Amino acid sequence: MTPANNNDPFVRDLLGRGDYAIFSEIVAPRTCVLDLGCGDGELLSWLADNKDVDARGVEMDGAKVQKAIAKGVSCYQGNIEECLADYPDHAFDYVILSQTLQEVRQPLQVLNDMLRVGRRALVAFPNFGHWRVRLAHLFTGRAPKTTRFPHDWFDSPNIHFFTIDDFEILAAREEWHIEKRVFLDGNREVKMLPNLLAETAVYLVRRHS
Amino acid sequence: MVVSTQSKRFASLELDCGVTLAPVDVAYQTYGTLNPDRSNAILVMHAFSGDAHAAGVDAQTQQKGWWDSMIGPGRGFDTDQYFVICSNVLGGCRGTTGPGSINPVTGEIFAMTFPVITIGDMVRLQATLIESLGIEKLLSVAGGSMGGMQVLEWAARYPDRVASAIPIATTPRHSAQQIAFNEVGRQAIMADPDWSDGNYYGGKLPGRGLAVARMVGHITYMSDESMRQKFGRRQREDQGIFEVESYLRYRGSQFVDRFDANSYLYITKAMDLFDLAAGQQSLTAVLERSKTKFLVISFTSDWLYPSYQSQEVVSALRRRNQDVAYIELTSKYGHDAFLVEVEEQSEIVKGFLLRVTKGVNRR
Repeated sequence: MTPANNNDPFVRDLLGRGDYAIFSEIVAPRTCVLDLGCGDGELLSWLADNKDVDARGVEMDGAKVQKAIAKGVSCYQGNIEECLADYPDHAFDYVILSQTLQEVRQPLQVLNDMLRVGRRALVAFPNFGHWRVRLAHLFTGRAPKTTRFPHDWFDSPNIHFFTIDDFEILAAREEWHIEKRVFLDGNREVKMLPNLLAETAVYLVRRHS
Repeated sequence: MVVSTQSKRFASLELDCGVTLAPVDVAYQTYGTLNPDRSNAILVMHAFSGDAHAAGVDAQTQQKGWWDSMIGPGRGFDTDQYFVICSNVLGGCRGTTGPGSINPVTGEIFAMTFPVITIGDMVRLQATLIESLGIEKLLSVAGGSMGGMQVLEWAARYPDRVASAIPIATTPRHSAQQIAFNEVGRQAIMADPDWSDGNYYGGKLPGRGLAVARMVGHITYMSDESMRQKFGRRQREDQGIFEVESYLRYRGSQFVDRFDANSYLYITKAMDLFDLAAGQQSLTAVLERSKTKFLVISFTSDWLYPSYQSQEVVSALRRRNQDVAYIELTSKYGHDAFLVEVEEQSEIVKGFLLRVTKGVNRR
């Protein structure tokens, strides 16, 4: 992994993922990180090895949890939306939610819980406002399918379709402080018109103290 | 790996009930080598009917240990890296002092004059053994079922002496259902005329009662699915009975040869009395001082120690942001899964212990 150079519009990926590369730059060494929907723990394992973080994960899928624990990640098998209530306030420096916000039933509650149990929330989500999604919808008149949203409407895990602008409006309404925002098209950083040009958005958010 | 049981005698042990046992013998086995800084010791604790022979081939009986598939070179508890200890519990009948031992005061067998024992007493005796082996802090404590109760007790009572804990298919306290099954077993034993108020030593053993108790136990260790697959409605043509009947009778009669009926009464009572949160406001409060890293495992088809009981422990730990990994492994084997599902458990135990070892070495 090479951290992205500020002048370089091409963001290098980490473990095949652009958003992971952004996370890895943001997360400070020797902090405590909770990854919601951590899969087989590859990001947490990387952060533990390279940034010496205290890495914890939550994952529903038992097979993935098994792999994560085998990797040495402290992973809890459970539902993201049900488990957050247990943690005390500010138990973590960062709470990560990657590509999952559109799948949870109560996104606002999850975000608020993340900002309660963590000092900062790191959220990455696919942008439903991307021009390819708009075109697919406009021209086919059907639920859009793109490389970023490959599912048919009837078997999609995604239950909320929102855009970067939607997230910004929510953040303003909730008076969250956005410390950093990075927009990606593939692994390339998008600087202009993100709501139209970015496939993925990464936000570092905290509450106004 | 050929192993043999060792024994240590301690001057006395104070019990929760106020009685002092003196002296107390402990039977134990060890596998692997204790490293120079004594930081690689793992205490494995057996379930209700187990004993100190957890791994390897016993020099005398030629039998494999009860968790041999999990403990050994390259296995989940890798004896090339770790020094593993297992001892027979207090109240047992496999070398550690129990109701079948001689009461030094009277010169007679204790039988039912043996004092009431608790999971806490078992753990205190283990702590004495560990100390006598020159081990200040255990890398891990691990065990399933009643072994898991001891794991939880260790973590709660000796938080500074266990770097990690692996409670498997266990509970912080028995439910009414679990107590009920134990009570059926106890009543079966006591209803056997040969039990003679516990004074059967040297005479006819209460074999029928103990066998029935064990049969009930075995039913609770399996699942509907595993019983259907293992036996179905198949019959033994030679005996004119169902295979499941034949199996239970065999397991029952086999048990009589290796287990003491009075130990059955005392140990099941200790399990029923166990309540990790007793006298405290909550489980979270009990584990207040603990910095121990946890790996909690339960199994989908285990209806005797259902996952919600493990999850209660996990929730309590997460409420104080303690490092706890939890997985509900998919298995059809019911409560027996912790002895049977070797591959999955080995993989996660290995990864977990490696992380704990790294953490211990860093400090």
